[in-house]
Amino acid sequence: MNCPPTPPRNSLCIVSQWNMTNPDPSDIYFDSFRDPDRVCRLAACIRRELAGPITLMEVCGTHTMSVHRFGLRDLLPTELKLLSGPGCPVCVTPNNYYEQVRLLAQNRDVVLCSFGDLLRVPGRDGSLEDLRVNGADVRVVYSPAQALEFALMDPLKKFVFLGIGFETTAPLTAAVIESAQNECCGNFFVLSGHKIMPPPMRALVESGEVAIDGFLCPGHVSVITGDAPYRFLAEEKGKPCVIAGFEPVDVLQGLLMLIRQRNERRSAVEIQYTRAVRPEGNPKARELMQRVFCESDDDWRGLGRIPLSGLRIREEYVAYNAAQLIPPVEIPPEDLSGCICHKILRGIALPNECALFGEICVPDRPRGACMASQEGTCSIYYRYGR
Amino acid sequence: MCLAVPMKVTQIVGPNCTAEMSGITARVRLDLVPDVRVGDYVIVHAGYAIQRLDEQEALETLSLLDELSAHAAEE
Ligand code: SF4
Ligand code: SF4
Repeated sequence: MNCPPTPPRNSLCIVSQWNMTNPDPSDIYFDSFRDPDRVCRLAACIRRELAGPITLMEVCGTHTMSVHRFGLRDLLPTELKLLSGPGCPVCVTPNNYYEQVRLLAQNRDVVLCSFGDLLRVPGRDGSLEDLRVNGADVRVVYSPAQALEFALMDPLKKFVFLGIGFETTAPLTAAVIESAQNECCGNFFVLSGHKIMPPPMRALVESGEVAIDGFLCPGHVSVITGDAPYRFLAEEKGKPCVIAGFEPVDVLQGLLMLIRQRNERRSAVEIQYTRAVRPEGNPKARELMQRVFCESDDDWRGLGRIPLSGLRIREEYVAYNAAQLIPPVEIPPEDLSGCICHKILRGIALPNECALFGEICVPDRPRGACMASQEGTCSIYYRYGR
Repeated sequence: MCLAVPMKVTQIVGPNCTAEMSGITARVRLDLVPDVRVGDYVIVHAGYAIQRLDEQEALETLSLLDELSAHAAEE
């Protein structure tokens, strides 16, 4: 194989300085996929095999996090350009969703249950945290199941779970709606902002705004979907796709697999993250998701309205749909002045091209969603100093 | 946001299980992953197991990689 000798552990290989303090050394799921030796060897292979400039998109915010958190960028050649895609659900949720949340919060018997990530996202009239300061009952939950537990304990209030997330998270929301039905719980609702990943990937490729040579596909979305949703990218559009995990070894191996596909002039959907992703995905989770939700046109911050990209609660489950508690909202999906999140999410601008970045807009006082979300590109660039 | 972590199942009670990782214990729902057994590793997202991890596959990925890096070291 065409790989150079392993480079000495010099400053380039900052990963060798991670401290490996896992109590169970035999644990292959943790240590092995962070092993500095493997990371350095893979990086060397990438440097050796890359035969010219290449632009790859990591679709998923968690991949962007791994690249920066583990310092992988510094191990990679500059000719390898990495773009962050629309893969953080918090960032792509448009303002009109937050406007619905604001209307719900005006209802004094409503308790909003939200993942922590959503709290600081600035909407047109402030964030969820501002709503809480102004007296709304906003509770942070780590799981949709926890929101249902609250509802069962306090039947006099209406509990609304703010359901955002892609295929990874939507089946959980579907499961909790079924649980609510089984428990005959009449005070539990979901405001669905769930979305699916392949339509925006198609939109990005078809817009032609950025030239993308291949996709690092989201591992945890694919745990549910399997490899089928990306096949059109490989087969129709000729784009190499690799479904990768999130540890440093996973990310680098995924990138190497993409480079090899291009070197061999192939485009296929390959799975690097085989320990978690089966080609057929998780059929049980998908079946549940399809029973509760149907696909509908939906708005994305940065990408506008995309056909059949959102998940709406089906009529059969309308009793659990929080949208029935408020009038329909019609506001433009994007209206935060000065923020260029909409360009960043399409891969056509980087955070430091935003005049507000790092000065007016910082993680503690975010002006746009990409700074408010932990996995937002602006937040990652700010925290990891790029 | 769709962070998901591997955890080891230590006890199963109905649709719930107890799972642990590096000394942290959590209650995890099993609605989406049938036929989980005590001792299995599952991947957990927002309080739900979303898939069983396949140890054989993990080992295979690693040995493929190491084969590749052995070549890297030789040349
Ligand atoms: S730095 Fe802030 S204002 Fe600028 S694009 Fe990012 S989130 Fe928006
Ligand atoms: S795993 Fe899903 S939610 Fe998490 S960053 Fe990737 S695409 Fe986004």
